[in-house]
Amino acid sequence: MTDTVGIVIVSHSRDIAKGTADMVRQMVGSEVKVAFCGGNPDGGLGTSVSLIIDAINDAWSAKGVAILVDLGGAETNSEMAVEMLEPARRDFVVVCNAPIVEGAVMAATEAAGGSSLAQVKAVAEELSAD
Amino acid sequence: MSLQPETFKSLVKVAAEQVIASAPELTTLDQAIGDGDHGINMKRGFEAVLGKLDAISAQPLDEALKMIGKTLVMTVGGASGPLYGSFFLAAGEALSHDRHLPADLADVFGSGVSAVSARGRSQAGEKTMLDVLVPVLETLKTAVGQPDLIERVRTTAAEAVERTAPMQATKGRASFLGPRSIGHVDPGARSSCVLVQAVCASLEGQQ
Repeated sequence: MTDTVGIVIVSHSRDIAKGTADMVRQMVGSEVKVAFCGGNPDGGLGTSVSLIIDAINDAWSAKGVAILVDLGGAETNSEMAVEMLEPARRDFVVVCNAPIVEGAVMAATEAAGGSSLAQVKAVAEELSAD
Repeated sequence: MSLQPETFKSLVKVAAEQVIASAPELTTLDQAIGDGDHGINMKRGFEAVLGKLDAISAQPLDEALKMIGKTLVMTVGGASGPLYGSFFLAAGEALSHDRHLPADLADVFGSGVSAVSARGRSQAGEKTMLDVLVPVLETLKTAVGQPDLIERVRTTAAEAVERTAPMQATKGRASFLGPRSIGHVDPGARSSCVLVQAVCASLEGQQ
């Protein structure tokens, strides 16, 4: 399990993040570490840097972590969270430019096959290519 | 325009209180062209800053600005958290590297503006907070050391925020509206104006 890239799902809505994680697990079971978060620090719609940092650390793998996000604030807060990680981990976490649900399922499926972080990101981002 | 610890403390307090008081207006603006959470997010962030005011103002100025930035990053809960957070983190970082106030004010403020631009991958003209911050920076560059600096900054911010109304948004949620974003003042530009005006008012009151 530590040999596969971890997946983090960040939505403004915890329900969407959880639902997306459920769909990912249906596809890859426990072969891939999956963590999710959604909601602002008060629990309303939004995102929280500290929850994102926790999710990254929960999904941590030596092969790295790929983050899937929904809208702008989720991306900006995820990038901020990556910068606030301990230096040794920062370079092994990427935010994918991909639709959150399809991107998470495809990224996790790719990760389950043992692909590198760059490969996982590329597969998720093929969805945004055209 | 010296920045004694007590001056800085009351400046941060006034700025935070002004942002909190403007939350309903920011919400109304954001409901028109965004997701309607800018007021509540900024209020949450600046209430957290007020809660740490004693600890913040006990720090040297560079560390105090970084602490404000980190507090906003961790508590705002929208894109404005990392955007404003990056401004204060970068301004604090500039002061940690042999810049001094008030002589290097434009330089320090410019570091903050550059950080916002990088974080948002945005420039002035896209109907964002940069449409206030960039003109204010230009005024700081040209008017630093002038006796009417504060008044010029205040006027610049007030005029700049109004100029966002006819703009079409190309960044952030408002860009989803396309041409329908035209005719509304940008909420991020407005919150930047509130902050700049509050700092001006606080410094004027202490001169």
